[in-house]
Amino acid sequence: MSKYTLKLYIAGRTARTEQAISTLRQICEEELGRAYELAVIDILERPQLAENEKILATPTLVKELPPPLRRVVGDLSNRERLLVGLDLAVSDSPKLESGD
Amino acid sequence: MVEGLKKTPTGIRGFDFIADGGLPQGRTVLVAGSAGSGKTVFATQFLAAGVQVEGENGVFVTFEEHPKDLRRNMVSFGWDIPTLEAEGKWAFVDASPEPAQEVEIVGDYDFGALLARIEHAARSVSAKRIVLDSIGCVFSHFPNVSRVRYELFRIASALREMDLTAVLTAERTEEYGDIARYGVEEFVADSVVILRNVLEDEKRRRTIEILKLRGTTHRKGEYPFTVIPYEGIIVIPLSAIELKQRSANVRVTSGNPDLDRMCGGGLFRDSIILISGATGTGKTLMVTHFVSGAAASGERCLLLAYEESREQLGRNAIGWGVDFDALEKQGKLKVVCEYPESASLEDHVIHIKEQIDSFKPTRVAIDSVSALERISTIRGFREFVLAVTSFIKHKEITGLFTATTPTLTGGSSVTETHISSITDTIILLRYVELYGEMRRGVTVLKMRGSPHEKEIRELSIDHTGMHIGAPFRNVAGILAGNPVQIAVAEMERLDQLFTSVGS
Repeated sequence: MSKYTLKLYIAGRTARTEQAISTLRQICEEELGRAYELAVIDILERPQLAENEKILATPTLVKELPPPLRRVVGDLSNRERLLVGLDLAVSDSPKLESGD
Repeated sequence: MVEGLKKTPTGIRGFDFIADGGLPQGRTVLVAGSAGSGKTVFATQFLAAGVQVEGENGVFVTFEEHPKDLRRNMVSFGWDIPTLEAEGKWAFVDASPEPAQEVEIVGDYDFGALLARIEHAARSVSAKRIVLDSIGCVFSHFPNVSRVRYELFRIASALREMDLTAVLTAERTEEYGDIARYGVEEFVADSVVILRNVLEDEKRRRTIEILKLRGTTHRKGEYPFTVIPYEGIIVIPLSAIELKQRSANVRVTSGNPDLDRMCGGGLFRDSIILISGATGTGKTLMVTHFVSGAAASGERCLLLAYEESREQLGRNAIGWGVDFDALEKQGKLKVVCEYPESASLEDHVIHIKEQIDSFKPTRVAIDSVSALERISTIRGFREFVLAVTSFIKHKEITGLFTATTPTLTGGSSVTETHISSITDTIILLRYVELYGEMRRGVTVLKMRGSPHEKEIRELSIDHTGMHIGAPFRNVAGILAGNPVQIAVAEMERLDQLFTSVGS
């Protein structure tokens, strides 16, 4: 499995962002083991990065690698849909089933 | 005492007048309009004029068009956005959609990132103004309508905290109906401005209306506006123009001594004269006399021609002994020939004003206003005439308009009906059929503030121009279009009848 590069954009440390971070870490550990890198970027501290990446909503998770580039917006509270958003739901099964 | 709201002049020509000075400072204004009504131009101009006229920097938050497209599209209005950006006076927040990217929504979210970017951009250029164009698009990016509404509300209150004067644009689906889609007006705007682009008689007509301007006054109703290159939006505040012109008792010549006599000694200097007649009755000739009369008394005349070309006009004038080329060389005349269809009436108004401002004439002749009537709606035409007349009266200029009647004898035109009350003097030119021969008649129908002749006199035209002869004494029904000869004996009997009653 290729290595995952993930960036999570947040706006300040709130309960919602803490929840998103812990959910994401848990899923990544379970699904990817050590094969991932996660950077948490606080937009309040680095607004120019959000401008460059055109981030509107927070939290926004960007999967930069492996391609295709994907964005997931929200507090990641729905595990199934997060897996779909990261293309992880289809990693062990044929692509055709992903739409179900 | 509570201090009243301060207003920020937008710098959009005409708009600040109908807004009684501008937009409330530090507040949010919703600018709503259907597709193609000029929302983005209004928003961009608000920022560009802010920088260029008022010295206030701005932030443009775009949800719809890419900044690259905006920079390119707005060059034609003379707004050099890249330079303003380089000078640190303008910043974009690019929230336009990325078509290539799929976005999955998983769980709850807020617009903290957008808000942080807006605050960052506003800080970086020390912005006083901000534009969000258009907020309806946010709803199409994010499916949760109530979440988006709440977040926009949060952003709007943050803008107020930052003391930014904000213009938010929103789409409308119909010209007369709900203010905007998604009910955004309920939560984001203190003030609402509506742009319309109405199709009326197969003609497009742009209007702007200030619906509310919370806490301050403004002019009510729809005002026409136009969008022109190198200027952007210009609002034409027609009915708001005050009737405060002074009336002078100074008389000027019409260029024809006989006509002056009929008018009781000449035309008033700051009056509007309407000449109405069928084709070939001598309207353009009267304009030519008006021009030469002006030149002879050392005045400057602007001739706006919408029916004939410059060459045709010059040739006609030569035929009547007036040399337009020579007059133009002496700076006493400027002839501007245009096709009525070359621009909208609103654009014509702007153009006429520019011509008057640059040439500074003491007289203006328009030949003919009926030609302009056919490119507009009745309402638009009346507004046009109002705008032009009040402008030239304000400048104490003598205005001569011609109007063509549709029928050869008698009759009146739509033009007359709509503008006769605005004009001070009406001169009628009519064909009179007598003994199987077409002759021309002229009469002064009305003249404000002066006695004038009531007779219908015969008018003849030769190589020296127009000559006014004796009254048609024994003809009745000329204006009605069916002249009837009255026997001489009958005339005498009538005369005697009146003298015997009078004595």
